[in-house]
Amino acid sequence: MEDEKNILEEEDTLKDKYLTFTLGDEVYGIDISVVIEIIGIQKITSVPEVPEYVKGIINLRGKIIPVVDMRLRFRRQFREYTDRTCIVVVEIHDVLIGLIVDGVAEVLDIREQDVVPPPDLKASQNKYIRGIGKLASNVVMLLDWEKLFSGEDEEILGNTAGEYEDAATENEAQA
Amino acid sequence: MVEVFIYETRQFLEQLEQISLASEENGGFSVDDVNEIFRAMHTIKGSAAMMMFDEVSTLAHSVEDIFYYIRELHPQKVDATAITDIVLNAVDFIRIEMDKLDGGAQPDASSQELREYTKNFLREMKIANGDDPDVDLRKVKNAGQQKPKPKQYYIGAAKQPEPDKGTNADGSPGEGVHIFAATVFFQDGCEMEEVRAFGVLNNLKDKVIEIHNLPEKILEDDTAADTIKSLGFRLFFTTKLNYEQIEKELDQTIFLEKLELKELNSIAECEYWPSPETVSINALENTDPIKPKLPTSSENEAQEEADNANPPASILPGQTSGPAPMPSQGSNKPVHHGEGSQMISVRVDKLDRLMDLVGELVIAEAMVVQNPDLAGLELDNFQKAARQLHKINGELQDSVMSLRMVPLDGTFKKMNRIVRDMTKKLGKKARLVLVGQDTEVDKNINEHISDPLMHIVRNSIDHGIEMPEVRKEAGKNEMGTVVLSAENAGGEVVIKIKDDGGGLNKEKILDRARKNGLLTRPEEEYTDGEIYSFIFAPGFSTKEKVTEFSGRGVGMDVVVSNIKALGGHVLVDSNPGQGSLTTIRIPLTLAIIDGMSVTVGQSSFTIPISSISRSFRPAPGQIFRDPEGQEMIMVQEKCCPVVRLNELYNIEDAVTEPTEGVVMLLEAGDRTFGVLADRLLGVQEIVVKPVPAYISKVMNTTGISGCTLLGDGSISLILDPQRLHHMIYS
Repeated sequence: MEDEKNILEEEDTLKDKYLTFTLGDEVYGIDISVVIEIIGIQKITSVPEVPEYVKGIINLRGKIIPVVDMRLRFRRQFREYTDRTCIVVVEIHDVLIGLIVDGVAEVLDIREQDVVPPPDLKASQNKYIRGIGKLASNVVMLLDWEKLFSGEDEEILGNTAGEYEDAATENEAQA
Repeated sequence: MVEVFIYETRQFLEQLEQISLASEENGGFSVDDVNEIFRAMHTIKGSAAMMMFDEVSTLAHSVEDIFYYIRELHPQKVDATAITDIVLNAVDFIRIEMDKLDGGAQPDASSQELREYTKNFLREMKIANGDDPDVDLRKVKNAGQQKPKPKQYYIGAAKQPEPDKGTNADGSPGEGVHIFAATVFFQDGCEMEEVRAFGVLNNLKDKVIEIHNLPEKILEDDTAADTIKSLGFRLFFTTKLNYEQIEKELDQTIFLEKLELKELNSIAECEYWPSPETVSINALENTDPIKPKLPTSSENEAQEEADNANPPASILPGQTSGPAPMPSQGSNKPVHHGEGSQMISVRVDKLDRLMDLVGELVIAEAMVVQNPDLAGLELDNFQKAARQLHKINGELQDSVMSLRMVPLDGTFKKMNRIVRDMTKKLGKKARLVLVGQDTEVDKNINEHISDPLMHIVRNSIDHGIEMPEVRKEAGKNEMGTVVLSAENAGGEVVIKIKDDGGGLNKEKILDRARKNGLLTRPEEEYTDGEIYSFIFAPGFSTKEKVTEFSGRGVGMDVVVSNIKALGGHVLVDSNPGQGSLTTIRIPLTLAIIDGMSVTVGQSSFTIPISSISRSFRPAPGQIFRDPEGQEMIMVQEKCCPVVRLNELYNIEDAVTEPTEGVVMLLEAGDRTFGVLADRLLGVQEIVVKPVPAYISKVMNTTGISGCTLLGDGSISLILDPQRLHHMIYS
């Protein structure tokens, strides 16, 4: 009971909080609850056979995690990485993934009533936008990370959740 | 609680199986065997009853009865094989129920049939030995030990906090608290009164404030059943429920013959109500309800049984003590006592964590010792210290690995059972010879090897070993032999299953392979080994008829997939008329391996050192192209294909001139091929880390089996020569 309460409370404090990052002039927001940490750009080991937007894998203190270039993911022009380029490490269904973004802005509170659904355009990229948060001066596109990493990717890269279990059993077999 | 129960019961089942198989082989049950089996069954009965698994406990009870009879009356005519059958059947039944329980389900099968059979068998055995089948042995035996005054026992009170006694100091009931005295009589012949009484007690436990019962020791005392039969099971308790509710509660008891329920005005009217001190002392001693009372704990006896002249039954000579896992007497293996105190059981995930940490330590060591900052420095003392560190790390790694090592003994012995069952059913004669069963393998391997071994041994008996007549005609011993051997051979464990049966029928296999469309090349191109390995294909069976044991075509492919999951491989060989030999090779560990790291452009790759046959810089012109553009290299009179890693993985800035790079010859099974890389980085112990889940699916087809961290913290991809070969050439 106590635990449940704590979890609920914890979720509550993270609710409506978004980490915003930029890709060019656009501002995106991602639920703070899935963000593990933000690190600077570091040496990326490329791996074969993966879609272009999967830049490779990095060593995060002994953990090996894949990194995805969000510019390429949204079919934008590739831009060389700079000092401002960041990797946002997110955990989705127990899988760690690094997102390469142009820069990280801030953590914002966007209340549910300030979020409007995205315009119903046929443009493909809108399906990764869960809603648009209205701010005083500008807008933030809120990412639907569920769809982003388990929808289309599932076809290309395999069901992340299922694969994770597979990998776990393989680990066991290796241990 | 359930976990412990399953674990213990399984251990007893294994023990039971081994003892009964061994006794059958020896032609009869020794006194020690009988005691051991009796004790194991008794314990299973007790703990199953406690966990309310009636079907299991009643079955164990009926088997126990047979051994009780044997133990007490030493009958002359004992059919060891039939009794072994009974024990094994019971073991199987209970094992299945345990599996259900382990899988989160409830054990629900009925053991009625087995029980009936066992009971009838015992009856017939008694008649055959001239004993009266209807005499209840326990009664006869216990008659002389009846205590002058039944002892008291309580349960559940320990759970109740002291202030909540529900009674006032003068013994009158508190507000809304009722005091009851109940006597429960079970129907005649319902058997196992003591276990049923325990069930009643357990049911009431949550509904009463304090409860005491007569006789006090239900499960531990052999006389308890008798007392309950003659005097009834007497309960004294305080509760907040009223008369009707309690009556209803007790009325639900199975096999209830008669219930006497009386409400009392004060606990003083109860025939037995121990003082709080007695309760707490009892509670201390009874934290584990199925622990037998140790003979040394005389303090308690003095306290509660000062006037009792007879010592508790459990320490009488000739009585098996209560159902404790460790025998306090009657055991023929005194070593157990010593070993028991030297052993601890550890959760496997803790060991896994330790193993992970050792892996990290190996990486950290490499990061320190091969730190780029040290490059070019002459550091004698540092090197000395580094070597010491390396040595200790190596030892640590070995010790941690050895923690997970278990002998193959248990797994091998399970095969005895399969051979026995199958030969009996098929009318064949065969024995199993175990060699090197002390060989230790990783726990994980031990668990996964059991199924494959079972399938292979089954196959050997079913397909390999001929019927006795056929064997005689062929000039062979009627008794077939299956040899199961294990040995450690340089980082690998080699398990061989050899039979002296008819061997594999090459023609039949080819024929079936043709039918199943497994042939991809002209028939004459297949080697014997390749043909034999068809038997591992899914759905492959040369049997026309599906039997209980084989013929469905599943099984042998399980062998391959299980062993592949362990990183091993299987080979079959056969000599027509002489038998067949299956060899399984499994690497001892896959977690930490020696790897050769190479660079290609900016990327680095690591290849397990065990699969590199040689590496060298090719001489000009040594690499040539065949008409299809495939590059080849001539090494030691052999021509091997060569693949450039940079082209394979589209890596830029790599060496394109072979004479400036390095070629490594890799072995994948019985094939050799070369890969061209830029530069060798050196050999290093590497810790295999899985490819991140997010990209693991696509990586499956790339020949990359994992990743590792190099000394400078960069990531290197581990190449699996087998997969690489598969990817390039098929």
